[in-house]
Amino acid sequence: MNKSVSVSENCVIDINNLSRSFGSKCALDNVSLRVPSGGVFALIGRNGAGKTTLIKHILGLYRAEKGSVRVFSHDPVSHPVQVLSRIGCVSEDRDLPGWMRVQELMHFTRSFYPAWDDRYAEELRVMFDLDPKQRVDQLSRGQGARMCLLLALAHRPDLLVLDEPSSGLDPVVRRDILAAIVRTIADEGRTVLFSSHLLDEVERVADRVAVIHDGQVTLQGELDRIQESFHRITFRFENEFSEAPSILGAIENNGQGRQWTYVCRGDREQVVSAARTLKAEIVQETPVSLDDIFICSISHD
Amino acid sequence: MHIHIQSQGGVPIYLQVMQQIKYLVASGKLVPGEELPSIRTLAEQLLVNPNTIARAYRELEAAGVVEKRRTAGTYVAETGSPLARKERLKLLKERIDQLLVESFQMGFELDDVLKLIQQSELVSLNKRKGDQDHE
Repeated sequence: MNKSVSVSENCVIDINNLSRSFGSKCALDNVSLRVPSGGVFALIGRNGAGKTTLIKHILGLYRAEKGSVRVFSHDPVSHPVQVLSRIGCVSEDRDLPGWMRVQELMHFTRSFYPAWDDRYAEELRVMFDLDPKQRVDQLSRGQGARMCLLLALAHRPDLLVLDEPSSGLDPVVRRDILAAIVRTIADEGRTVLFSSHLLDEVERVADRVAVIHDGQVTLQGELDRIQESFHRITFRFENEFSEAPSILGAIENNGQGRQWTYVCRGDREQVVSAARTLKAEIVQETPVSLDDIFICSISHD
Repeated sequence: MHIHIQSQGGVPIYLQVMQQIKYLVASGKLVPGEELPSIRTLAEQLLVNPNTIARAYRELEAAGVVEKRRTAGTYVAETGSPLARKERLKLLKERIDQLLVESFQMGFELDDVLKLIQQSELVSLNKRKGDQDHE
C-alpha cells in the first residue's frame, strides 16, 4: 500500500479559522478543529448546526472560503486523490447508484481504491448478509446503510468519516455501525470522525468531542476530561427560597424550598464554599450526563 | 464474562466496567488466575472504545485486582483474601452510602433504616429455615 507518512503527521485533520457562508446564512464561523491520529472524534450538534458542512470541507467537496483545511497534511480540494484514497466515508444521504447490483457496485468502487482488500470485502458482505445479485435500489434502509459501510471499510481507510450514520436506522444496524467504529480504531493508527446527535453512542465510543452550535465550536476536548469537569451538586439550605439562591460559578439550577441543585463546570470548590456561606449542606452529588453537558454548552457561551 | 454497560447514566463507562469486574471477583464469579477477555474482545462485545476498556484494566491493575502476565493477557490477581476483602468492603460501603442518602431524602431516620434491615434479615432467615425444613 502506498502511503507517505510525514514525521509531523500526528494530526489527521487540521482545521484553522474556517468560515463559510451560503448567501446570507453563516454556516461555519471561525471553526478550528484538530483530530489526532488513532482515536474516535465525535462532532455533536443539533440538526443544521454545521456538522455536514464541516465534513464536506474535510472531503474536499467545499473549498475553504476563509481559513484552512488540511487532511493528512494536504488540502483536500487541491489534492483529492492523496486525501480521498485514504478516507472511507458514509454520508447521511447514502447516495448509491440504484440500478447496480451489490456485486457490481463492489467492483465499481474497488477500482477507485488501490488498497481495496477483496477477501475482507467478501467477509463484510457475508457478515452484513448482502445478496451479491440484489439491486441496490431494492435494498432496505438498513441494508443500504450496511452497503455504504462495506464500501467505506473494504479498503481499510486510515480515516473513517461517518455523517449521522445511525439516522433513521433500527438498533440492529446501529450496533453494526458502532461495531465497525470500534473495530476500526482497534487497528492501530486508524482514525474515526463521526457526527451524531445520538449522545449515548458518542459516549460509548468517542475519545474526543467537539460541540457545534450555530456554526461555532462551543466545546472541544477529551470526552473523559470534559465529563469529569462537570459537577451536579444538591444542597439543602437552612432557609427556604422561592428562587434558586444565586451562586457564582453555577451554570444551571433547579429545585424548590430548601433543596436546590446546581450544575457547574470546573469551579466545584467555589460553588461549594459559596453555598456554605449561604448556610447550605451538600446532600448529594451526581455525575452529569453527556446530554446535560451538551445542553449546557449550547445555552451558555 | 457477563458485563452490562449503561451509557448516559452519568457514571463513566470505564468506572462501570471496573465496578462490575470487581464485583465478579469479590463474589467468586471470576476466580484468581482466570484470564479476562482481551481489551479488543471486550470492547467489541460491549461496543465501547478500546481505550475505555484499557483504562479500566489499567486502574484494576493499579488496585491489585488484576495483573498482566508475560503472555500479554490480563488475569485476575492471585493475591490472597486481605485485598479481596478490602475491595468487598468498599463495594458494600458504596451500597450503604447510597441507601442512607435515599433514606434520608425520603425523610427516614437511621433507626428506621436499622429496624428495616433487621426485619428483612428475620424474613430471609425464616425463609431459609422454611426451605431447609422442606428438604
